[in-house]
Amino acid sequence: MLHGLWKLTWLEIKIFLREPLGAFGSIILPVLVFVVVGRFMGGRFPSRSIATSEFVRVGLPVFVSVLIALSGVLSLVTIVSIYREGGILKRLRATPLRPQTILTAHVLVKLVLTAVTMALSVLAGKRYYPINMDVPIFGFTMALLISTWSILSIGFVIASIVPTARFAQPIGAAILYPMIALSGLFVPLPSLPPALQALARVLPLTYAVSLLQGILKGEAWWAHRGDVAALTLVFVICTALSAKVFRWE
Amino acid sequence: MGVSGTPRSVIQVSGIRKTYGTTVAVSEVSFEVSEGEVFGLIGPNGAGKTTTMECVEGVRRPDRGDISILGLNPFRDVYQVQNRIGVQLQQAQLQKRIKVWEAVDLWASLYSKSVDAARLLEQLGLADSRNAWFMTLSGGQKQRLFIALALINDPEVVFLDELTTGLDPQSRRAIWDLVRGIRDRGKTVFMTTHLMEEAERLCDRVAIIEHGKIIDMGRPEELVGRHCPARTVVLATANALAEERFRAIPQVETVVRQGSQFTIRGLGEEFVSEVIQCLSENRIRVTDFRTMLPNLEDVFLKLTGHSIRD
Repeated sequence: MLHGLWKLTWLEIKIFLREPLGAFGSIILPVLVFVVVGRFMGGRFPSRSIATSEFVRVGLPVFVSVLIALSGVLSLVTIVSIYREGGILKRLRATPLRPQTILTAHVLVKLVLTAVTMALSVLAGKRYYPINMDVPIFGFTMALLISTWSILSIGFVIASIVPTARFAQPIGAAILYPMIALSGLFVPLPSLPPALQALARVLPLTYAVSLLQGILKGEAWWAHRGDVAALTLVFVICTALSAKVFRWE
Repeated sequence: MGVSGTPRSVIQVSGIRKTYGTTVAVSEVSFEVSEGEVFGLIGPNGAGKTTTMECVEGVRRPDRGDISILGLNPFRDVYQVQNRIGVQLQQAQLQKRIKVWEAVDLWASLYSKSVDAARLLEQLGLADSRNAWFMTLSGGQKQRLFIALALINDPEVVFLDELTTGLDPQSRRAIWDLVRGIRDRGKTVFMTTHLMEEAERLCDRVAIIEHGKIIDMGRPEELVGRHCPARTVVLATANALAEERFRAIPQVETVVRQGSQFTIRGLGEEFVSEVIQCLSENRIRVTDFRTMLPNLEDVFLKLTGHSIRD
């Protein structure tokens, strides 16, 4: 079933890096911003209030991760709609390539690029940020994968319904980014008005943030089984939905 | 499969129908394509050509009807079918920044067998552009690349959908030569076109489709003979007795004289020979002699009441 997957994935990575802003926009720029901010703050992070250091230690990495994951999903939505509009999806589909192989290749491309961006950020950030390298890297990566997978499935639903490539980016952004505000990253959920709390509880990003923060703090997976279950549910529902409504042309 | 001497039928389509919402794209379409022939589905844009072709390719599923290709069901055995056919889609694109060789290489890796990619690019005149990005290719080069992708797996049946639409006449002629080459290699070709000249030059057999229905099918000259039997000869002569002689030609319908020029219309394949015979028997010297034979364009006009370009 995965016949041609590696070749297609490698090819798509090369093609992406040939885009005028491909490598720069998705890898170099985020790392650069990270480093510039770090230099600017000039090691003024530690020894502040406990709340600040808590944000730097847990909030910031989660925020950055979620942001990178969201922008990855958004660019996937855009690429899929451009490919559909240009008839590229249709052309690829009229080969022995399985449809799921074509889409999986794009997901892999995004995952690889995201992983590279994050690894570079961590390496660059080590100099400027009081990053605690004792964090459970493996656990956090797993949590991030689960979260990304779930957000990705929402992205595919968006990619299935956007009418043209021009609308893909704004519609995707309008759906995904507001979720950050209610995800509990900036304002703790209990301090939100009840209506917003209820809304936050149906937004998948809330569970992603809760899981990522928890794992980063060293909490047990078992304590976050509810988050994992919620993200899995979103994944299953959205995948089933996009399998039904996805358009190839 | 068939009795020896009878070409094997590689595509059988019977009674397919496809609707989009309330629009009937294809209705009761049936035909067969034999091994080694170039079969053309011809008709105006929106007649249902592409829908029919995509159903046979297994890309689109008809609401009703049966399709068999190479003895397989294009939906149940879609990957097996796609492994053995080559497809060129109308208005398809590739990734803007994919290189020519990368596309061919990817395609080659997808099939269970493939021809030599370098040689194929050479044959299609793409060897010099092998490192060029898709977006930098000219229209003709893009179409040649799509032909390369359609041939990379040494397919038994090649589908060509509106192959030369949007190309300049010179590229068009070059592509026609390529299609003849495909046919000479013994491949079965199923093509669509709205260009009657293209159909006449390339197709062994055509089906004329309009409003989703096939209105007639046969060899181009057969269709012309059936629907437009009239032949016209235009000649110029100073012979005073000529008009009388021309009117005596069997099968003649009308003789119109304008000064020394005569326009003679008659029926049947023998008509032109009869005019020539008349000229020689009566020793009529001519200063001009032209025949105007009806073509598929005229057949289409006759069958539908309008030109294909309308």
